[in-house]
Amino acid sequence: MSAKSSPAVARRVPVYALRVVLALFFAFPVVFMLVSSLKPDEQIFGDLGSPRAFLPVGSLSLENYAAVFDRVPAIRFLLNSLGISAITIVLGILVNSLAAFALSRMRWPGRKLLLTVIIATLIVPFETFALPLVWWVNELPWLEVNGFSVTLTEGWLDTYRVQVLPFVANAFSIFLFHQYFQSIPKELDEAALIDGAGWFGIYRRIVLPLSGPAIATVAILTFLPAWNSYLWPLMVVQDEELRPVMVGIQYFFQLNVSWGQVMAYASMITVPVLALFLAFQRSFINSIASSGVKG
Amino acid sequence: MNAKTRRLVAASLVAVTATAVLAGCGSADRGGSGAQGGVLKLWTHNAGNAAEYDVVEKVVNDFNASQTTYKVEIEAFPQGAYNDAVVASSSSKKLPCILDVDGPNVPNWAWGGYLAPLELKGGEVPLDDQLPSTVGKYRDEVYAFGFYDVALTMFARKSVLDEHGIRVPTPDRPWTRAEFSAALADLKAGGKFEYPLEMGTGGSGEWWPYAYSPQLQSFGGDLVDRSSYKTAEGALNGPTARDWAKWFRSLVTDGYMAQKSGSSPNDDFLNGKSAIEWDGSWDAAKNVEKLGDDLLILPPVDFGQGPKIGGASWQWAMSSNCAQPEGARAFLEFTRKTAYFLEFAKATGTIPATDAAAAKIPGYEPGGRYEPLVRAARDFAVVRPVTPAYPYIASVFEKTAKDIVAGADPDAALDEAVKQIDANLKLNDFYAD
Repeated sequence: MSAKSSPAVARRVPVYALRVVLALFFAFPVVFMLVSSLKPDEQIFGDLGSPRAFLPVGSLSLENYAAVFDRVPAIRFLLNSLGISAITIVLGILVNSLAAFALSRMRWPGRKLLLTVIIATLIVPFETFALPLVWWVNELPWLEVNGFSVTLTEGWLDTYRVQVLPFVANAFSIFLFHQYFQSIPKELDEAALIDGAGWFGIYRRIVLPLSGPAIATVAILTFLPAWNSYLWPLMVVQDEELRPVMVGIQYFFQLNVSWGQVMAYASMITVPVLALFLAFQRSFINSIASSGVKG
Repeated sequence: MNAKTRRLVAASLVAVTATAVLAGCGSADRGGSGAQGGVLKLWTHNAGNAAEYDVVEKVVNDFNASQTTYKVEIEAFPQGAYNDAVVASSSSKKLPCILDVDGPNVPNWAWGGYLAPLELKGGEVPLDDQLPSTVGKYRDEVYAFGFYDVALTMFARKSVLDEHGIRVPTPDRPWTRAEFSAALADLKAGGKFEYPLEMGTGGSGEWWPYAYSPQLQSFGGDLVDRSSYKTAEGALNGPTARDWAKWFRSLVTDGYMAQKSGSSPNDDFLNGKSAIEWDGSWDAAKNVEKLGDDLLILPPVDFGQGPKIGGASWQWAMSSNCAQPEGARAFLEFTRKTAYFLEFAKATGTIPATDAAAAKIPGYEPGGRYEPLVRAARDFAVVRPVTPAYPYIASVFEKTAKDIVAGADPDAALDEAVKQIDANLKLNDFYAD
């Protein structure tokens, strides 16, 4: 038996060796970031020409992390990004799945045309309409709640909602939900209608519970841009207390850049994403594969 | 309550709760003019830069304590994101009353209607006492003033120049082009330095026009024809400009300068990787600390039209949509005290904008360690073209200079740059009001 398996093992060795090399290759930037975050600037540049750049050797300390907290309200920014991402995900799943349900399960004139138009909006890059959107959100009304009184205000700039609401409705998420809902047998709807269920009941009790993979996909694909958001908050948020993590990276780019602090801050804002990835590795890979999206 | 009613009530509660949560979260709505009930908003680019931010905060606190009519509130932005934030906010009429502005952008922001003329009447320090490069003017009106300037300089080690028999230049007798070329050749031939000259070519953005257009001007060229501001023809692609471009490229082909320098050129210089560094005054104190008496602070090279450096750094201005301009003026006039000029320069390691302040900072007084920087700012500074087109011209120059360093034909690259700049000027009707 061992004689039979030896050639198979031998064949696998180069494959695994290649995988190890590739894994190291892709891990290098992250390893460099984490290791450099523990080194003083002089050592980071001194180690650049050797493998020491990727090794936790020399003068190591947490000083760069301490300096980050002196320079940037990092905890505030992290909490802001977590809150903004979480609310965007929850509202995104609700709104986009409802839209997709109407497009996929209900029969009404113009739904195919509307779906085509929604998908067509995917080709328009955000940067092209960012400035008009700033003007638009500045004109939008809102109900301000102060205790028991409600007043009508104008303009959404410098708020959390302006970082959330424009990104709730998402064409790609609607498309994903639509495609997934199409795979759920329509006979289930008909049976439920005969039993007296309404359309919202069918959505809530039948379609949504069967759409776990689609929900996971949308959640992850909504989280990534929400967490990485930079241009939009830069344009619409002036109050430091409302800023998300990515804007914080700019705090370090003064005339003399302290690269150790940059690496420490980058590690702090990358670790939550890495932790999320490790926790939901299987769903993440499945979601990317099923959506056909490349990073 | 039947199931349908329960669902309706639940849905209503969810909607109301969501509205309340988002409304509560978003309670930071701001007034459009940056001035409400005597509160004046002030924006600064110093988030993450504690040294300068602390002085801004001190000045603001002093002003707030000095009177009761107005209260200035600071909002700090990171420098790299500041200009984008201002431009976006101007489009939605959300600029604050007081804001800081990078000197070269003053004409563009004034032309764009972001800024109002200052029309200052008071203040302890007259504007005339300032270095010219620290007063932001457009069409003969003052739109901004700064507390400090920075200066480009060449850092070198005395021991290295002595070892190679190279003359130490002085402000009165800077290196000529021939001397500089000979010095680089000697340093290269010595074999100790792969690239004897560090010019910071790994940088990006405003660094390129700030650092290299003064050399173009010292050759005799310029970014645009300043007599009319209607064309770059002849200025950016005339014989002297072409000469500069070929020289700039030759620094790479002769092996004197890296096509793209490292992430921290100053650390490379301090680590002995380069012999001469073209850098800014902001690294002077650090270099003196590391190299002591061996550090030389040298004047720029005279390529034919005298030594040149870029002028103008961050300045303070007032927005055009400020609802309480008299309050903004009161604040700006209050800040014009020698003590604040002194504090800013000390905190940031920059060149104070007045001689009175310079005389009080150790090292910046006549004969002091950093006096060459003061002299350079006073005698060699050329303000970047005073035109609203400057941000566009700067971006074209950056791309062109990068292309030339990377091997593009210098003549063709300059002609293309002129074509693009002229097209932009025409497209904007020469930035007429």
